[in-house]
Amino acid sequence: MDLSMKWLNDYVKADMPIKEFCDGMTMSGSKVETYSAQGADITNVVVGKCVAMEKHPDADTLWVCQIDVGGEAPIQIVTSAQNVFVGAFVPVALNNATCYNHKDMSYMKIKKGKLRGVPSEGMMCSYEELGLEQSDVPYTNADGILILNDDPEFDKMTVGMDIHDALGFNDTTVEFEITNNRPDCLSILGLAREASATFDLPLNVKEPQFKGVDGSAKDFINVEVHNTKLCSRYMAAVVKNVKIGPSPRWMAERLKASGVRSINNFVDITNFVMLEYGNPMHAFDLRYVEGGKINVRNARQGEKITILDGSEVTLSPEMLIIADEKKPIAVAGVMGGEFSGIMEDTKTVVFESACFDGVSVRMTAKKINKRTDASSRFEKGIDPINAKAALMRALELVEELGCGEVVREYIDIDNAKKVPHTLKHDPDWINAHLGIDIPAEEQVAIFKKLGFGYDNGTVIVPNTRIDIERQCDLAEEVARIYGYNRIPSTLPMLSSVGEVTPRQRFEKKMVDVMLSQGFYETMSFSFISPRSYEKLRFDDSLKNSVSLTNPLGEDTSVMRTSMLPSLMTVCSTNLRARNLEARFFEVGRIFQPTGEKLPAESDVLGLCAYGSEEDFFTVKGVVEELMDALVIDARFVPVKDNKTYHPGRCADIYVGEEKVGTIGELHPAVTDAYDISCRVYCAEVNIPKLFDAKGEERKYKPLPKYPAVTRDLSLVCDDEVTSDEIIAVIKSSAKHLESVAVFDMYKGEQVPEGKKSLSYKLVLRKDGSMTDEEADAVVAKVLKALAEKNITLRA
Amino acid sequence: MKEQLQAIREEALKAVKSCADMKEIDSLRVKFLGKKGELTAILKQMGGLSADERPVIGQLANEIRSDIENAVKDKTNTLKSAMTDLRLRTETVDVTMPGKRRLIAKRHPMNIVLDELKSIFLGMGYTVVDGPEIEETKYCFDMLNTLEGHPARDPQDTFYITDDVLLRTQTSSVQIRTMLKEKPPIAIISPGRVYRRDEVDGTHSPIFHQCEGLVIDKNITFADLKGTLEVFAKKLYGEGMKLKFRPHHFPYTEPSCEIDFQCFRCGGKGCPLCKGEGWIEILGAGVVHPKVLENCGIDPEEYSGFAFGIGIERITMLRYEIEDMRLLYENNMKFLEQF
Repeated sequence: MDLSMKWLNDYVKADMPIKEFCDGMTMSGSKVETYSAQGADITNVVVGKCVAMEKHPDADTLWVCQIDVGGEAPIQIVTSAQNVFVGAFVPVALNNATCYNHKDMSYMKIKKGKLRGVPSEGMMCSYEELGLEQSDVPYTNADGILILNDDPEFDKMTVGMDIHDALGFNDTTVEFEITNNRPDCLSILGLAREASATFDLPLNVKEPQFKGVDGSAKDFINVEVHNTKLCSRYMAAVVKNVKIGPSPRWMAERLKASGVRSINNFVDITNFVMLEYGNPMHAFDLRYVEGGKINVRNARQGEKITILDGSEVTLSPEMLIIADEKKPIAVAGVMGGEFSGIMEDTKTVVFESACFDGVSVRMTAKKINKRTDASSRFEKGIDPINAKAALMRALELVEELGCGEVVREYIDIDNAKKVPHTLKHDPDWINAHLGIDIPAEEQVAIFKKLGFGYDNGTVIVPNTRIDIERQCDLAEEVARIYGYNRIPSTLPMLSSVGEVTPRQRFEKKMVDVMLSQGFYETMSFSFISPRSYEKLRFDDSLKNSVSLTNPLGEDTSVMRTSMLPSLMTVCSTNLRARNLEARFFEVGRIFQPTGEKLPAESDVLGLCAYGSEEDFFTVKGVVEELMDALVIDARFVPVKDNKTYHPGRCADIYVGEEKVGTIGELHPAVTDAYDISCRVYCAEVNIPKLFDAKGEERKYKPLPKYPAVTRDLSLVCDDEVTSDEIIAVIKSSAKHLESVAVFDMYKGEQVPEGKKSLSYKLVLRKDGSMTDEEADAVVAKVLKALAEKNITLRA
Repeated sequence: MKEQLQAIREEALKAVKSCADMKEIDSLRVKFLGKKGELTAILKQMGGLSADERPVIGQLANEIRSDIENAVKDKTNTLKSAMTDLRLRTETVDVTMPGKRRLIAKRHPMNIVLDELKSIFLGMGYTVVDGPEIEETKYCFDMLNTLEGHPARDPQDTFYITDDVLLRTQTSSVQIRTMLKEKPPIAIISPGRVYRRDEVDGTHSPIFHQCEGLVIDKNITFADLKGTLEVFAKKLYGEGMKLKFRPHHFPYTEPSCEIDFQCFRCGGKGCPLCKGEGWIEILGAGVVHPKVLENCGIDPEEYSGFAFGIGIERITMLRYEIEDMRLLYENNMKFLEQF
């Protein structure tokens, strides 16, 4: 909402410095985005009078003019314009003035100099050089210098006067960001009311009145409202013998400062009233209302209308329209029809002021893709009582401008029959809600400043304040006018207890382990492209995902069912950025349809690594370290049929009988699909499952008193035998075994084809010294057990 | 024999004196003092001496032994300290050379900031609560007094799964779920991921993160909200932090406010970070609307509360002076390793 300060000052004398005004309004709830002084970039331009002129001695097309700019002597200006004459009042850019250069849309400095050898001390300006438009100065039509003698307010101009003041081009516009509970503040009067309350200044608003001429609007038109739900009030007034012409300067100025171009007096009146009262209006030319009939009805299927902007719109039955006897003449609350509007030769005008349903207007405007000033106001809610005030104001303006005869009796079909809302005032509740102690009388004073009525403990809410429904709304009024920053600050006496839950501690530990293992934490989008499922060769169970009905694009159209799509994007991004070695992890959420209303959501730890240092076991080592830190006994079970992974380098991770995740090297087809030329290792672990599987905190074990004996065994077995199987045999057959770990794997010339060699370190310890003989006996037993599985000592 | 002993002493002391390294001194010690050494060999002949001579020679032998031992010890010490000096002289390193590091990776900057927020509120007695990101409209809108027809519900702005299931646009839905499940007193924060239908650009993202807070108890007031957020701001940005509470509108709080923090870079004088304003908008907050309490089966005459919300992206970007939001989701290592 752009507020003209001139306009505001018609109602409230808010003449404090503009910064103070803006800060005050912001702090009372009407947030100021910015403000700008009109024509602030045009400087040092004054009114001058041409007192003498002669042809340039050396140039036929140039004139040497003597211009009185209020100084002791006239100044000399050379011009090529041909429309200046002795006695002409003109805008004069003095030495060092700034003007607008409309050709390259920038500002230019004016310096004194010489034109064809004759000194020139400034420049006379056209309207464009003042940054104005033709509609700002409708009386000029020549290209040349702006001749001020034609201005309607010429008699108020004096030589030497600043051009902004002379042309009324001296307003300040304040831009407000109005919250959507306050549509009343999308009007000059609403903001005037706020300014009056904020700065405690009187508000001078009179109820609009018109005299009118005898007659009734019904003699001209007949209005029928067919859908009273979507149109709770419809008012129509007729103005006859209209004289279409330009608006007076004060009106044009105020419109311009509000960002609205002046068109003609009747169109301007509707815009002026909309801005002043916040109530959109429409003006029809009676000639084009066929049959003198106005029907407020739903559109018929396939009905069409060409609207004011010249585009043809196809209507549908849920849309409310204004139609004459035969055809639609306006889309209710959105835009008028092309031929029903005001023309140069319009003789009789029908003013419409109505109250259309906000949701309906919004849907219609959206469907036909025409959001207008009017529709956005209706969307937020229009008050039926205000609709009448707006109409009265329009009729008052017609008489003030003397541009037509108002037919006294107007049409009013009011199905809203709104009565002002009242609320019992509970000052103690308000104080308790806010944590302050403002006396009841002071609260009432605030209500009155804001235009509320007050009668014996009852607050009467102004009809435009549709946001005030209950006591807490009154509390807000008190708080914001009293001043939020004057309310004390206290700390609540909380009876709650803060807590980090075991699950939160678990996740924190997980993150700490990942960071300590050199994995950087990422944060990626949880919606992804369904194409990534193909790239990752997911099977149907993982492809089945929650889809958005209105995604921004295909790339972000489904909710991920795995962290892999996100991790792959991270890998691609980094490889493209030439980060050739990297480890990443993310605790992210995945989503799976359940058939219930809401899908299942679970948090997953996803990790990936690539680079010359990485292999399956470096990444597995990370997972092992993680499991160890979380006190989880995990198993890695080979998986050959997971198409996402390398068939020989993939394992499911189990805790007990529960599968908690998967680890592996990605299948080359997957890395190819992502245009990645190196090997990528990934793992995913389901956090809730892991959390459920976590073990008890470890207890202390006494430190060993006796030395351990170690024995290294190099074994040969078939390729298919897994290390886990061998370890299981060792564990079950070795007495006094403290630990066993594989430390080497060999395949090649030294062992037969189809076989491999694995080396283990056994640490044996007992409660007492262990002799070599005892240790050898243990090893012998282990070897015997291994031999039964066809695992032998390497020769 | 006396002469023999004297000769050994002469020889030994001379040899020790001219000895130049530890190895040599060790062999001298063995040669003269060892079990098979020269001194021992002579002493073995003592049996052939007369009873008168024996103590005299014995005493002399002991003197000589002690002399040689002392000489060896002194020489050993001298050599040792010379060696240590030499080692220290030759082992000097350039301590400005880089250390050998074991890499610890970095947390995502947003989580660094979020962890800080969590710890501040935990210290104030709050609990961190989580909830679903795919949510029913009733928890995300209806019960928060954001009724049908409200622009926030428009599919232009909100992602829908079905007509009444959506990607939550705020974590306030977690507050509703908490109020439905638990009786007051309630003091929670609900950090999490939220979704709005904005195209990606330098300052917008369809996915972003909020940390919302909710307190419901007896006699909770707007003044309590102010006090709480002021403490929060001071813990986050230091004791000198000043706040400005500006009236605003949210459907679920009344009164509502936006809170500006005094610019933490320029201290309020105005700089590019605060766009010359001296203040930076950080929070939205308000006293919980009685309608919201009623919706959750909490009697607004008995209980009241306040709620607030912070954009994690915003404070992260301000804190690290990150000018483009896309960097937060691009996950380029060159970015991630900076924090």
